Amino acid sequence: MDVLTLSRLQFAATTMFHFIFVPLTLGLSVLTAYMETRYVRTGDETYLKMAKFWGKLFLINFALGVVTGITQEFQFGMNWAEYSRYVGDIFGAPLAIEATVAFFLESVFIGVWIFGWNKVSKATHAVAIWLVAIGTNLSALWILLANGWMQKPVGYVLRNGRAEMVDFLAVVTNPYGIIKFVHTLTSGYMVAAFFVMGISAWHLLRKNRIDFFVRSFRMAATFGFVAAILVFLSGDFHAVEIAKTQPTKFAAMESVWETQKGVGMNLILLPDPQNECNAVERLCIPNMVSMLAFHTPDAEIKGLKDFPKELRPPVQPTFWSFRLMVGLGTFMTLAALAGVILSRMKNLENRTLFLRVMLLALPLPYIAAQLGWIVAELGRQPWIVYGVLKTADGVSKAVTTPQVVGSLVGFTLIYSLLGAIDIYLLAKYARKGPDDDLSGIIKPATVKGA
Amino acid sequence: MELQITWFVLWGVLWAVYFMLDGFVLGTGILHNVIAKTDGEKRVLINAVGPVWDGNEVWLLTAGGATFAAFPTTYALMFSYLYTALLLLLFSLIVRGVAFEFRGKVESATWKKTWDVAIQVSSFLPALLFGVAFGNIFAGLPMDANGYHGSLIGLLNPYGLLTGVLFVLLFTVHGALYLSVKSVGELSARAKGVADKVWPVLLVVAVAFLAYTKFATKLYDNYLAQPVLFIVPLLAVAGLVGTRLFSAKGATLAAFAASCVTVLMVAATGVAGLFPNLIPSSLDPAYSLTIFNSSSSPYTLKIMTAVALIFVPIVIAYKIWVYRIFRAPVTEAEVLNDTHAY
Repeated sequence: MDVLTLSRLQFAATTMFHFIFVPLTLGLSVLTAYMETRYVRTGDETYLKMAKFWGKLFLINFALGVVTGITQEFQFGMNWAEYSRYVGDIFGAPLAIEATVAFFLESVFIGVWIFGWNKVSKATHAVAIWLVAIGTNLSALWILLANGWMQKPVGYVLRNGRAEMVDFLAVVTNPYGIIKFVHTLTSGYMVAAFFVMGISAWHLLRKNRIDFFVRSFRMAATFGFVAAILVFLSGDFHAVEIAKTQPTKFAAMESVWETQKGVGMNLILLPDPQNECNAVERLCIPNMVSMLAFHTPDAEIKGLKDFPKELRPPVQPTFWSFRLMVGLGTFMTLAALAGVILSRMKNLENRTLFLRVMLLALPLPYIAAQLGWIVAELGRQPWIVYGVLKTADGVSKAVTTPQVVGSLVGFTLIYSLLGAIDIYLLAKYARKGPDDDLSGIIKPATVKGA
Repeated sequence: MELQITWFVLWGVLWAVYFMLDGFVLGTGILHNVIAKTDGEKRVLINAVGPVWDGNEVWLLTAGGATFAAFPTTYALMFSYLYTALLLLLFSLIVRGVAFEFRGKVESATWKKTWDVAIQVSSFLPALLFGVAFGNIFAGLPMDANGYHGSLIGLLNPYGLLTGVLFVLLFTVHGALYLSVKSVGELSARAKGVADKVWPVLLVVAVAFLAYTKFATKLYDNYLAQPVLFIVPLLAVAGLVGTRLFSAKGATLAAFAASCVTVLMVAATGVAGLFPNLIPSSLDPAYSLTIFNSSSSPYTLKIMTAVALIFVPIVIAYKIWVYRIFRAPVTEAEVLNDTHAY
């Protein structure tokens, strides 16, 4: 294989691995911060135990999110030097701002949170985890503005043999980036919500610490349901943005071959890229795709055939990833709604079937998030910056095949090993349940009848 | 013009601060199995850097990000030319980060011993690799119209290796002094002892480095053109001497502060000598990457300057606050009682 293919493979592998940890970090930091805030405001120690228990799982996960993030920054220069050189004037800025504005915040205050239980006041300690949560979420904002620019380049001119920034405001208000941020952020919240609900369900099925896990479940269900609604709303706006700016991606997502008005959505559909048509089209909802694309029933959708073959993304993976993501999203929204209702009624711990479903649903938002990235990144091909620079032209010239083979093997080994350890530790501490020993946190004088 | 110079200075400052802050964390890791004998002592070592290591590492990401934003051509070429070296660095940083977090999570001697080795190796390698990389940058990389002609083995030339050894020794002394300040009793004394023992070796290597630099690089050209610049290496030497003098008096905090000055000024010495190059070409100066031929547009530099002016002081302010919170030495009793410590 050549450097380009290997580098693409490596980027896909390292990015997807990174994005196993990031979404949970985004949501669980907010949930943990909320729990600790409730403790500070009410003095109820269950909330403290909740913040500690879920916070510990957050930390195990956080470590891998941070270290795999370093790879992401380095990789642009290492494997994609031509890309970095060509767009660095505009793409480097959000990355540098992310480090300065967001990454410092989360990395410095995570230290205060872990080690500061006895060194700062209760309120300051809660503020520390909020700053971690804000830093993490801000991090996502800058990264997704950078990614949004690759999807919809704005605020630049081609000059001196590269893309130069002329309008910073356009870059930070890029609708594609903003909507992608909201969509990604809220899907991360869903990951965290289903993570907490899934683990709570496991304990409730065993009748462990019912009060603790019912409360955790209820909080996560509400959080997850609100997030799910936002995922859907932002997803809808996102589709409009894609239809406007990346017609090839949109056509691949819906497998539309011929340009036509008032395109309907087939619930059953099998694309046939070889013959540039769909092999099966059944159960059509009239005008639905046009509605999705432009919020108008008779809007015209450009078909893939209108674009030269070499400018089309791979249809099958884009189409199926999109379908599956939407399907999973629908299911999870309903599951979260059921969670909201059932956790507010009595006897959540006796609803065995529901709890089993929620335990099994734990990985679903992870899968949906990965599928979303496949749609976003594979659907953008063959462009690395849509309409501006081809992926093939972005790869490093000085790098050799053996180097990338070596790094790919290295990444695969290290990441698999760390992934396995991480899952082992998460499972170990999730199973263990909350710690009742608050001696490290509450000084003896302030312990009330624990 | 001025913005490019501003960013050159900032670029140098970011690297220097990174080396000062992560330097003692790397040094602590290098000494992990040397200074600490028992599990309790090892935990004291990890907890001594625990609250700050993560924030310190971000200076590297910021230095990288700033290179990307301000000098994209240098970023692109430096990272792809030094591919294999950076890959090893990356793997080390990954392993070190999770080692701190994971070591205490399972109560098993084998588990802990594995992470102990991991901490030591993944601290030693970055120190060495940074030195080798910067030594080669000082000397220039073999690049011309046809691109890069070097290899990983080529980087391991005598001057690169000497710089690597210099960095390892510098960080070892730096870390030992930090530990001496941050621990108590016998452990603190042992750490100070290591610093005192390694210091003469560091001195010899530092002198050798300064002499060899005359032959292997063009760094002194700037100094000879602007003799006032000699104040930078002189401060580095003063810091190095001060480290020993303060340590001899038992003033370990002052010795550590002197060590901070040394690390900052060693980095600044290299950076001041490079100007206006970011990476000189060892084959033909026409192909050197300078701040003028590899920088971003004035507009981007202006935006980035505004961001840096607003946020870097804020970052420094809260970092100082955090260092103050965790200024007390770490004791074994405290670590054992704290369910949250590493």
